[in-house]
Amino acid sequence: MPARLRRASLPYLLLLPGLGWLVLFFAIPLVYMALESLKTGTIDTGFRLTWEFSNYTNALKNYDKQFLRSFEYAGLSTILALLIGYPLAYVIATRGGRYRNALLLAVIVPFFVTYLIRTLSWETILSDSGIVVNTLRTLGIVSEDGRLLDTTVSVVAGITYNYLPFMILPLYASLERIDNRLLEAGYDLYGRRRDVFLRVTLPLSMPGVVAGTLLTFIPAAGDFINAELLGTPNQFMIGNVIQSRYLEVADYPTAAALSFLLMAFMLVIVLIWARIAGTEALLGTEGERG
Amino acid sequence: MTLRRRGLDWLLNAYAGLALIYLLIPIGVILVFSLNNPRGRFNFIWQEFSLDAWKHPFAVQGVGDALKTSLEIAALSTIAATILGTLTALALVRYEFKGRAPVNFFIFIPLATPEVVLGAALLSQFLNWGTPQLGFATILIAHIMFNLSFVVITVRSRLIGFDRALEEAAQDLGATPWETFRLVTLPLIMPGVISAALLAFALSIDDFVITNFNSGSTITFPLFIWGAARVAIPPQIYVIASMIFLFTLAMMLITVWQQRRAERMAAVRPDEPAGPATPPRPVLAERATA
Repeated sequence: MPARLRRASLPYLLLLPGLGWLVLFFAIPLVYMALESLKTGTIDTGFRLTWEFSNYTNALKNYDKQFLRSFEYAGLSTILALLIGYPLAYVIATRGGRYRNALLLAVIVPFFVTYLIRTLSWETILSDSGIVVNTLRTLGIVSEDGRLLDTTVSVVAGITYNYLPFMILPLYASLERIDNRLLEAGYDLYGRRRDVFLRVTLPLSMPGVVAGTLLTFIPAAGDFINAELLGTPNQFMIGNVIQSRYLEVADYPTAAALSFLLMAFMLVIVLIWARIAGTEALLGTEGERG
Repeated sequence: MTLRRRGLDWLLNAYAGLALIYLLIPIGVILVFSLNNPRGRFNFIWQEFSLDAWKHPFAVQGVGDALKTSLEIAALSTIAATILGTLTALALVRYEFKGRAPVNFFIFIPLATPEVVLGAALLSQFLNWGTPQLGFATILIAHIMFNLSFVVITVRSRLIGFDRALEEAAQDLGATPWETFRLVTLPLIMPGVISAALLAFALSIDDFVITNFNSGSTITFPLFIWGAARVAIPPQIYVIASMIFLFTLAMMLITVWQQRRAERMAAVRPDEPAGPATPPRPVLAERATA
């Protein structure tokens, strides 16, 4: 092979194994799932492809509650994570000094414990005779027989907790990048602290806000572990339905249809959010505008 | 005015401190309750200090085998995903070729897809293929699949800030392309490759959702916990979590220390606060940091 041709084909050769794997085990499976979602039948009689589009409308009709709940919980958790995470990221980025790396390590420390066990730990913390519930009962915030475990509160708290680092890290990255001279310019122009924050820092940190909210919202909306371990069927989200339809009931068409609906809703929400917040922020090209 | 300002500063720091405590409390609970001697099946209420669980961490039936399976899958999937992902990242950053933008986008999609959908889609494929047995091999396939995108993005972010003049210098001095890669490129991107591998390992050992869909009767550590959590939470689970936590923390500190040393010694990258910072890619780069 002539050297030029070999050079031209090199990138494709490098791409081939990795990309091939993703096509084979990510893209094609989506096609199979699309076909699965249009079949009819039961596990005993077998499933046949009948292009049954009503699978989608039925799935939506039967599980609208869980869909709404998923987006409600995910939205709530995302807002909470932003409210908790932004000040923390701001303090680490602007005042961390030489403890910055240690503080960042503390932020990702939860990832060093298996997801399920982190969630179990919340079960311990919020359990009925645990210290939190007892304190809140003494303070009269929770009634004498009130509980936290198996409620919306515990599920949302768990989701918020589990995805909080996904919010903090992008926020930190964009806050840390802000050029100090811009802030000084703001002060030189007699901006008050609040003005400088609202008109310089906050807009410049928007890429972090967009990335953080997406990284929190997407996995949160598909989560089912928190609802399963910290909640009851009254808190079940669409993820719970998909996994039980697939693995317990073996109702593959419904589960597949629900999966696609979840993806579609997610896509719509991401696009709307990108529209509001600006695509530059989403794609990370905002630096190119100079 | 200054008094008010100082008050605000204090308030902000206190708020950030509370957020940090929120992040760390469950870890503390796990460490403390691993030393508990609970009455009953659930490790919810503090009874008495005991080292029993630490002395016999694998006393719970099946947990040792599950952990071993998890470690094997994590090691194998890390090696495979790191190699495939690094090659892909090299192709994407180093070469101009047709279809680069769509490939970049394609690699991003798995990251934006809910895990439950990734798992369900892959299961649809295995069912349609009539894969004889779900188990070790199918879990491994799944783990390589979801690790790939993370590796590509992590290595790519390292490659972007990379000085090509160094490679040209090597070639001017008569190095073949392979020698250049082995002696110049690879050592320079090694920190990126190592962080990608660590990330892949951590994600693999932690994964429950995707594994749950494709595991058949094979049991990994997270699957074991899932099964156990409904029946009982013995302190051993917290002991093993604590061990993994402490081990990861140690690994992390060693890597950070080594990277710092390597960077000091190589001093290839100038200190960059004011320098031409790597282009901001919030959505991608930061998720990888996690």
